[in-house]
Amino acid sequence: MGLQGSAAIVGIAELKPEKKPTGPEKFSIEQWAQLARLALLDAGLSHGDVNGLVTSFVMESAMLAPATVAEYLGMEVNYAEYVDLGGATAAGMIWRAASAIELGIADVVVCALPGAMTPQPPGAPPAMDGWLYGASSNAYGSPQAEFEIPYGNIAQNSGYAQIANRYAAEFGYDARALAKIAVDQRTNACANPEALFYGKPLTIDDVLNSPMIADPLHMLEIVMPVSGGAAVVLASREKAAQTPHRPVWLTGFGERLAFKTHTYAADLVRTPIGPASDTAFAMAGLSRQEVDMVSIYDCYTIAVLLAIEDAGFCAKGEGMDFVNSHDLTFEGDFPCNTHGGQLSFGQTGMAGGLSHVTEGARQIMGRAADNQMTRCDTVFVSGNGGIMSEQVALILRGD
Amino acid sequence: MNFEKPLPLATPTSQPFWEALTRHEVQIQQCGDCGAWIYYPRAFCSKCLSPELEWKEISGRGTLYSFTIARRPTAPFWADDVPQLIAVVELDEGPRLTSTLCNVEESDIRVGMRLQPLFDDVSDKGVTMLRYEPE
Repeated sequence: MGLQGSAAIVGIAELKPEKKPTGPEKFSIEQWAQLARLALLDAGLSHGDVNGLVTSFVMESAMLAPATVAEYLGMEVNYAEYVDLGGATAAGMIWRAASAIELGIADVVVCALPGAMTPQPPGAPPAMDGWLYGASSNAYGSPQAEFEIPYGNIAQNSGYAQIANRYAAEFGYDARALAKIAVDQRTNACANPEALFYGKPLTIDDVLNSPMIADPLHMLEIVMPVSGGAAVVLASREKAAQTPHRPVWLTGFGERLAFKTHTYAADLVRTPIGPASDTAFAMAGLSRQEVDMVSIYDCYTIAVLLAIEDAGFCAKGEGMDFVNSHDLTFEGDFPCNTHGGQLSFGQTGMAGGLSHVTEGARQIMGRAADNQMTRCDTVFVSGNGGIMSEQVALILRGD
Repeated sequence: MNFEKPLPLATPTSQPFWEALTRHEVQIQQCGDCGAWIYYPRAFCSKCLSPELEWKEISGRGTLYSFTIARRPTAPFWADDVPQLIAVVELDEGPRLTSTLCNVEESDIRVGMRLQPLFDDVSDKGVTMLRYEPE
């Protein structure tokens, strides 16, 4: 079952995360074109090589996004996919692209996620619903409109805080261990000039002294959305042989989801990344011990802790001890989010999830510069949408 | 800016639930085929997809599955309502629901604590919200 591992990431592009975007704003389709151009340049491939694309929503068209993108880019493709998995969209795009390549319906596929604000029409009032309800739907008939939003159960902070409190009730809670996740990742960011928080070291006390946002989550345990964007080019074995970088093969993946609102999770602290990871490792024929780096979707410190446990890198309930007894930096014994993670690299909108893929590729390609690991052949990537809802696991390997 | 708090708008499917709350009763659905208790209201059972769902009155009591104390408003509507005590309640019948906690000190909130319904009639709106307080 699953992939043979004959599709590879051969090119990556990533805009430097910025708190306030510099330069003129671009529409989503313009950002898409810019990111595709950069990723293809990186892969040494051209516009005419592309015969597949994977996108998520674009601001300019509520429907038919793949056709909108293909037309704007002037691309005629055999494979056009739309992925809508929240923070797991990026990881979800990668396995879909690799699958299309292995099926033989495309041999060069571009996946791009714009992550910058788009221009507003002159004089128009800013759209309100987006920021009022976030990913929750207030449409008539939406379960969230009736049973969540009126109780204030909106947005991510409150949901992840509820996960953390449930975790505390079942397994205890060491706030310093959670803070250490943010601190180790900041150490990684301090070796990555591209990171938003480059040059700004952090201590556990800094984290614990930052304002409480939703008990028990402190401000510095929560990602800061910023501006950016990223893209990845995947290619078949034949095409990959023509590209300049060490190919990064996708050898396993898993996906799992069952709910939108965490209230209805079967178990709030045994999350869908568990079964998704089991599928991915079985497909790749690898054990957890063979992983050199983990690139875990880190919208919150508690999300990293749960992923480390549920993906099987330590036993359930032992994550806090695991974090305390391991060095999560790029020089450590359990390198995690070597680019700084979204917590310290920056959450570039939907593209933040792609940063976990690009960093895994960068490490395997040996292009990570000051935060390059001594040896990195195998990377575990996770994607996490909603409140630990949509979950995707990927296994990336270099030959 | 002044934001009016969003209120639930009943649908044909959910109307019995909201009407029961206005009478200070809790009614949820039970599947006539597989026996599963269902929350939130649906047209088809979420365990077996049967359309044979029956409304049953329950006590509404349950335990606290998890919670948070939101120090910053989760949306601008609750700017004057922090801290928000947002709760996941596990009904004695099994299903979980979202609510908020009332009449409890922050320091007394414990996962697993017993809870009972508090019917919050929203004046002038004809809507009753299902909130919770310690038993």
